[in-house]
Amino acid sequence: MASVASRQSFGLALAELGESHPNIVVCDADLSKSTMSCHFAEKFPERFFEFGISEANMLGAGAGMALTGKVPFVCSFACFISGRFDTIRISIAYSRANVKIVGTHAGVGIGEDGHSQMGLEDLGLMRSLPGMVVIQPADDIETRQAVKFAAEHQGPVYLRLTRQKLDDVNDSSYEFQVGKGVTLADGSGLTLIATGGTVAHALKAKGLLAARGVDARVVNIHTIKPFDAELIAKCARETGLLMTVEDHSIIGGLGSAVAEVIAEGAPAKLKRWGVLDVFGESGTPEDMYRAHKIDAEGIAETAEQFVANAQG
Amino acid sequence: MAYPLTRDIDVLKKHANQIRIHSLKMIAKAKSGHPGGSLSIADICSALMFGVMRHDPRTPRWADRDRFIMSKGHCVPAWYSALAQAGYFPEEELMTLREFGSRLQGHPDCAKLDCIEAASGSLGQGMSIALGMAMAGKMDNADWRVYCAIGDGESQEGQIWEAALAAGKFGVDNLTVVLDNNNGQIDGYVNEVMPLDPIDAKWRSFNWHVIAINGHDMEQILAAFDEAKQTKGRPTLIWAKTIKGQGVSFMANNYTWHGKAPTAEQCEAAVKELSAA
Repeated sequence: MASVASRQSFGLALAELGESHPNIVVCDADLSKSTMSCHFAEKFPERFFEFGISEANMLGAGAGMALTGKVPFVCSFACFISGRFDTIRISIAYSRANVKIVGTHAGVGIGEDGHSQMGLEDLGLMRSLPGMVVIQPADDIETRQAVKFAAEHQGPVYLRLTRQKLDDVNDSSYEFQVGKGVTLADGSGLTLIATGGTVAHALKAKGLLAARGVDARVVNIHTIKPFDAELIAKCARETGLLMTVEDHSIIGGLGSAVAEVIAEGAPAKLKRWGVLDVFGESGTPEDMYRAHKIDAEGIAETAEQFVANAQG
Repeated sequence: MAYPLTRDIDVLKKHANQIRIHSLKMIAKAKSGHPGGSLSIADICSALMFGVMRHDPRTPRWADRDRFIMSKGHCVPAWYSALAQAGYFPEEELMTLREFGSRLQGHPDCAKLDCIEAASGSLGQGMSIALGMAMAGKMDNADWRVYCAIGDGESQEGQIWEAALAAGKFGVDNLTVVLDNNNGQIDGYVNEVMPLDPIDAKWRSFNWHVIAINGHDMEQILAAFDEAKQTKGRPTLIWAKTIKGQGVSFMANNYTWHGKAPTAEQCEAAVKELSAA
């Protein structure tokens, strides 16, 4: 089983797409070796633009390039991208500019750099913008296909990627469909709904839960917007209990999106799980996932408690 | 076929005067808007639309057109008037400014109106968009140019200076930015709210070619755009010293007319004064 960081999958996929898609241009803000846009830069130096540490200008210039027919991928850390929200809101979203925004280093999973470098609010911000497609892939094959989708989709896209390696959750026959969640494992006792870095952990948690008498279904929501409300409603009807698991604040992201579906009529109890409205901190990525209980053991423990409380 | 441009100063002045009259009538009818800056940028808009830019009102999205971004988006009434006078849409439509259902939004919306290049209105952003367009033009070895109008109050935004730094680095000599230096903003005079001086030294130090002009002297305006076109290897800033509310005696140099609509009577008096000019 392969294990690749989604930023790496992105960088390699983009460099490959550059050959067949001559309108793709790439911009970075002094982080190309971290966002992995460096792979494209090496191969197509005349289509790569280094903006230095000025994300707002890079996002705006990306809008200008898009309005002139280019397909710009503008890359930085998710936290710095979302920090320039107003530029994204007006220059990109409101201008309907065909910009592909790439935010890497999502969540507490980045580890040692600590809170200031962790994108924890970006999903909430990006999905609030009309017309913005928001995607967070969970493994190598899904990331590569999501990058191709973004390149060929007409309209702004936000792609949220991880610094840390992600174990494969899909097999080689996988086909990415925007807006369609993927049921990775069936179950009837509750549904674990995960996205991005937490998906592989949720799958492992299923094994731990089975040993404790809980039959968990695992769903991967790679597209946060447009949201697969239909699949969520189906899981609500069939399992009654939903638990979202994300490496993002539980305010605004996947948990909120699922809560909106539940509140509007899908019959289920919901447990939102992720970064519980607290700041991140330094440590290894493993420390972080353990501390926030979004690793397999933490997910299993929380889910078991959730099921017990729901039954009691 | 491209719009037939003119170098006739009287014709360009007449268009500018009409821009001022339209802007005031539109804003008065809407009972909201920004007259001061629309009047200060009027001569520049006239020169660009009728004397400088390559464009075709019958094909707004013509690939080889020159592009204009009104980064100081609140002054878009002046550009709407220029667009209408050039034939992009009927002049009657100007009076729908800010009305529900109108294509003429209070600040530019390129999805509603195809002769608008980009959304603006959050100050400081339009120049980055213009930069990106200029970079795309360079990539394609295109001969069209990009023009952008920024405000002096707007220049207090950090993104302006990020864009200025990057434009210097990328050597986009197909980009010309006009700074409408009317010294007024909502809270007061720019040189009191947050001074920008020395303006020329700042821009030169960012590797821009700087041309200082009287932004109400049509000959100086045309000469500056010609000089910008001849300037190679670096972008040009046209530092246009202007008067906020230019053309209307009771508005001129009074910052309180930044974002306040004239009453019907005030509008009538202003139009009378402009019509006599």
